[in-house]
Parts: sequence; C-alpha cells; structure tokens
Amino acid sequence: MSAPENDSSRVIVKGASLLGDKSADLLIVGGVIREIGSIDARDTAHGSATVIDADGLVALPGLVDLHTHLREPGREDAETIRTGSMAAAVGGYTAVLAMANTSPVTDTAENAERVFDLGRAAGLVDVHPVGAVTRGLAGEELAELGLMNRSRARVKVFSDDGKCVGDPRVMRRALEYVKAFGGVISQHSQDASLAGASACCHEGELSGQLGLPGWPGVAEEIIVARDVMLARHTGSRVHVAHVSTAGSVEVLRWAKAQAAKDGHWSVTAEVTPHHLLLTTDLLSGYDPTYKVNPPLRPVEDVEALRAALADGTIDAVATDHAPHARHDKEHAFVDAAFGMLGLETALAVVNTVMRGNDLLDWAGIASVMSANPARIAGLDDQGQGIAVGAPANLTLIDPDASVTVDRDASVSLSRNNPWHGRTLTGAVHATLLRGVATVVEGQLA
Amino acid sequence: MNRHLLSIDDLAVDDVRTIFDTAVEMHDVQKRQVKKLPALRGRTVINLFFEDSTRTRSSFEIAGKWLSADTINITGKGSSTSKGESLRDTVLTVCAMGVDALVMRHSASGSAKQVSEWVDAVVINAGDGTHEHPTQALLDAYTLERRLGSLEGRRISVIGDLTHSRVFRSNVLLLTKLGAEVTVVAPPTLMPSGIDAWSKDAGFATSYDIDEVLPTSDAVMMLRVQRERMNGAFFPSAREYTVGYGLTRDRLASLAEGTPILHPGPMNRGLEIAADAADAAHSLILDQVSAGVAVRMSVLYHLLAGEEATA
Repeated sequence: MSAPENDSSRVIVKGASLLGDKSADLLIVGGVIREIGSIDARDTAHGSATVIDADGLVALPGLVDLHTHLREPGREDAETIRTGSMAAAVGGYTAVLAMANTSPVTDTAENAERVFDLGRAAGLVDVHPVGAVTRGLAGEELAELGLMNRSRARVKVFSDDGKCVGDPRVMRRALEYVKAFGGVISQHSQDASLAGASACCHEGELSGQLGLPGWPGVAEEIIVARDVMLARHTGSRVHVAHVSTAGSVEVLRWAKAQAAKDGHWSVTAEVTPHHLLLTTDLLSGYDPTYKVNPPLRPVEDVEALRAALADGTIDAVATDHAPHARHDKEHAFVDAAFGMLGLETALAVVNTVMRGNDLLDWAGIASVMSANPARIAGLDDQGQGIAVGAPANLTLIDPDASVTVDRDASVSLSRNNPWHGRTLTGAVHATLLRGVATVVEGQLA
Repeated sequence: MNRHLLSIDDLAVDDVRTIFDTAVEMHDVQKRQVKKLPALRGRTVINLFFEDSTRTRSSFEIAGKWLSADTINITGKGSSTSKGESLRDTVLTVCAMGVDALVMRHSASGSAKQVSEWVDAVVINAGDGTHEHPTQALLDAYTLERRLGSLEGRRISVIGDLTHSRVFRSNVLLLTKLGAEVTVVAPPTLMPSGIDAWSKDAGFATSYDIDEVLPTSDAVMMLRVQRERMNGAFFPSAREYTVGYGLTRDRLASLAEGTPILHPGPMNRGLEIAADAADAAHSLILDQVSAGVAVRMSVLYHLLAGEEATA
C-alpha cells in the first residue's frame, strides 16, 4: 500500500469521455491516475482536490511528438526549448522528441544533456533529444550514439533529419550499432542525387509549369526500400520519418508484412498533419509558407497516406514542427527555408481529416498520436493510456469546437503557419503533465 | 490590364492587342532622328537585375529612356541571400527611394510575383528563374505577327531545352492564347516534368522528333541550350544534341521557303542553330531585338501612363 498522499496534489477530472467512449471521473494523486469511476469531489477525502470540469470533453492520453524542431541551441530567434514546449503543451502534447539539427548539432552526450536539461527547466512537456546519426550530420562518421544513450538524456532515437543518411554503409553500421541498446534510426528518406540539390517542391505538372526544381516521389521511395532491406539484414529497427508518397506506403506495407513474418527486425513510420491535408497545388502562388521537406504532394498521395494511417501501415502522426524566423521565409521560393509550424494545430488537423472522414475514432487517434509514438521512442511513462496506475499525462479536448487558426495567436516564436485562416474542428481544452495542468481552457496555465 | 506584368496569364487577348497596337507606334519612334517621347516624364523605372543580362536590361533601359522615364540600373550577382539580406528587405529598400516601376530579373522562379505582393511599385517580370519571361514572349509574337499576319491556326514549333526555359513557358501561353498550334520539341530529359498532362490541358503538342515537325512548321523558334547543363546528364554530348535536335544546315533545307526562324539569344552557333540558319534571310533574330524595345516601350507606357494618357 502506498503512503498517504498530500491532498494538495489531488486532481479530479469530472465527467470526461475517455477516448470518446463512456464518461467517467478521474482521481489523480501524486501525478498518477488512482481511480476511475464516479468520484465525489465533496467527499471529505477529496475536499481539497483541484477539480477540472470535463463535461463534454474527450480525454486522451497526453500526445507524444516524434519529430519536433525546437531550434535551441543556435536559432533562439525562431524558437527556444521553452517556447517550443509552450506550443507543444497548447497542442495537447506531454512529450516531444527534439531533432538534432541544431547548432551545435546534438551529436554528443553533452549536447544531448543540454537539450534535456533545458526541457526540464521549461517543465511543460518532457523534451527528449534525438541524437544525430552522424557527426555534424555530415553522413560520414557515426556520432557518439552509445554515449548519448548512456547520458542523462537516455537517447534512444537517432536521426540526421533534414538530411538523409545517404551512404548505405553508414546506415547499415548505425542500424547495427544501436541494437546494443534498443535504439532506432529515424531516417529522412531523400536520395540527394535523385532529388537534386536545389529541389524545393514536388516534381510534377505544377513544378513543370512554375519552373521550380522539384523532387520526385521515387527519391523518397528508393531510400525507404533500401532502408527496410538494411533493417532486415541487420535485424534492427528503422523508423521512416515524414512519409509523403503512395509509393512509400506500398513499400512499407510489404516491409511490415515481411517484418512480422521474420520477427527479428521492425519498421515503423510517421506522417505529418500537413501531408494528410495539404496538397502541392498550394504552391501555385509561390508562398514559401508551404515550402516543406518532404514537399506537399498531389491528392493521390494524400489519400494513400490517410488510408495507411487508418490501417496501421503508418504508425504515428508526427508534426515536423519547424519554426522559422520571418526573414528566413521572406526569400524567393527556392531560397526560402523549408518547414512549417505544427505543434499547436496537429490534433485539430488529425481530428478534422481522420475522424471527420470516419478513418479513425478517438481510440485510433490516441494510438497514432500517443501510444505508438511513445512505443517507438521507448518512453515508458508516456502513451500508456488512461488506466489506474498510469502517469496522469492527459489531453482534454473539446471535440466539436470549430477554430479558425490565427497565426498571430501562436505561442511559438515563429509565424510560418500553413493553417492560418483555415477552420479546423477540435480544440485542446487542457493538458496535464503528470497531473499538473500545463494548459487550462486552451491557455497556458 | 493588370497592375503588374508577372506572367502572360496576366494578359487577356485584348490586352495583348493593345500592347501590340501601341508597339507599332513605338516601333516608328526608332526610325526617328530624335527618339524621345514625353510619356513617362517624371516617372522612375528601376531595372533590378539580380542575374546577368545584357539584351533584356539594355532593351528595358532604352525603352524607358525613349519614353523619358528616369531609368536606373541596379545589378547584383546571385540572389539577395548571398549577402544575407532577405529578398523582401532588398526590394523594400530599393522601392523606398521612390520608384514607380520595378523591372526585375531574378534567378528564382516566382520571385517577381512574391515581390509584387510586398511593394507598391508596378512590377514587370524581366525573367524569373525558369518560370516566365513575358516581354520576350510578347516581342516574339509581335515579331511573328508582323511577318505572318494573324497567328490563328499557324503551326509554330518551339525547340530546345524546355525544362530550363522561361522563354518557352511564356511563349507557349501566349502563342496558344493567340490561336497558334504549338508543338514543342525536346529530348525527354529536357521536357518539363508533367508535360503530358500540362500540354493536354493547355492545348499544345509535344514531340521528340524534330524532323517530323519542321517540314510542317509555319515558324520555328529555337531555344538556347544552356551549356552548363551538359554535365547534368541531360544529354550525352554537344554533338549528339546537334544531331538530334539542332537546326542544322540540312534541316534548314527541310523548312518551307521563307519559314521564319526565331531565337531569343544568346545563340550557341553550331549547337542548337547552324550559322546558316541564324543568318538566313528569313531569320527574324535581329528583328526580335529591335521589336523588343518597341514592345517594352508599349508595356511600360500602358502600365505606367495608360490611364493618364487615355483620361
């Protein structure tokens, strides 16, 4: 039996619909869900508990983002770990994985611990640094994968994101090496030679007309195909970041079936909210807000990605939140920075696209935005669901709220928001990190 | 007429007719001893050329001067990013000097359109990357009309490096708008991506076979092969390109007599066009250059003085 908790740490969430199903009250004590059922806040045992009225709200386990760019260290004018954490909390996240392409790159234990510590200091979400696969993201020598894993940050996910690990021999060694500690290599799949150095959008009819250098879907697909074969060969775990084409989905479908049969290796994949909804035709006005890597693709690809997320071929939604200072986007399209914001709007986009089209229910959304990302990243205290004994990492959502996105309302330091002016369904009402509210009524607590 | 000229798509057929009609008058100015009209007196036109250009910049400069505008050239290699400044900051700085029109050349597709959203000045696209070069298309069509009369139903072949050609993109829009039957010819590696669907939508034909196309052409427009592309595995060698797609002396003979030949320049003699073809009596290459000034005078006049002049 556990020791009696201090009443001040008690929180009662009243009347939330758990994963969109039956309504129940949650008693949270010391950051852990202690009771699920009908809990009377007037009971003398709970009299001093903080009560959150969740009538009409859906409760999901706290969201986990496998793919966030926080820009600190190096570009604190675009985002800091604190402001990125704020955006994550407002978006319903309780954990994010911070990509390694900062300055300096997260390729040593010291750099990983620095990111980890800044995340803890911000205290709004768990910030887990992603380690670089190669030193300086140069694609040549392995970074200190083992030391990063042994560090305080306990790094398990490694990625040169922004760049592809192009050399198959380096990729093979990385996959082999991380087996020692259950790591996973998250690959930015883009054959650099085939995509071309100046590629800035999807290669297709529109890029031909606009005179923009495009990169074809096959430049992604051949790397996905290569990497699943390497994962099979090495018996390791590969994760495909931001899948963007129907061809990649086909490869993944085949690979997952093989992996299930073989049993000694695995492949997982993520898709971004923007690749689930936005299409390449948005580029016709040359607005760099829509410049992202991998690029927005045609509607056929978008439909394939939705279907793959619905049937489990794609495991997770990851934001690829990529804040940029305004002046880094105010260049000619080919010269502007890649990337768009995503943390604050991801849940609403997924709700609008996937639940709105009956492709996923709330339990399905919980899987792809919380449980699966936590499993892929090896996070034990995230994505566990809403159960007695689980950490009280929770997101409470107003499922029917209709919200028109205003980029100036963002808590991110940046404004490169592709959803500005769009109306999305579903709003994060509250976020709880181990029982502590980080967001209440849509605002930072 | 739209406020800016960024793309041929900005122009209705009536706009094109208006530009051509005025260009005829402007063309006559070239024959005068005193080549000066007062139309744009007191107006400032900046030629903002981020990318090297001799003929287009000179052509716009002369056009502006003959209309009595104060014409200033600003040139700089590469894009503004090479100096660390954003494109927006660069053009806002230039325009803060009190500019009425910005004639802009830039290596990046879409840059003229982006700039038009940031500044108050009229923006004229003088070539944006591999996207468009609308005044080149206007002067090409104007030159052809002077030789052929109406372009309605005329079979015009555009041959060469289509992928990297802004001249092609503007021309295919304008020539089809004026009723011409356009066929574009290039090796598959120099056809823009998605051209099959695009050509179907836009109503032009594609071919890999120059010899099939030339004998039935009413006009031939050759495009420059960008020598710097040769290392990009777009085609094996200069020799092979010439054999496959050049307007050689032999092919010149396959043209119907007097078929106009155009080239936007600068030419690679002996590569995409034989000297005999470039210098043929029916070559319009120098006519294009002189028509360029007239057409650009007309464009400047209509965008900067049009309303005042007709009031």
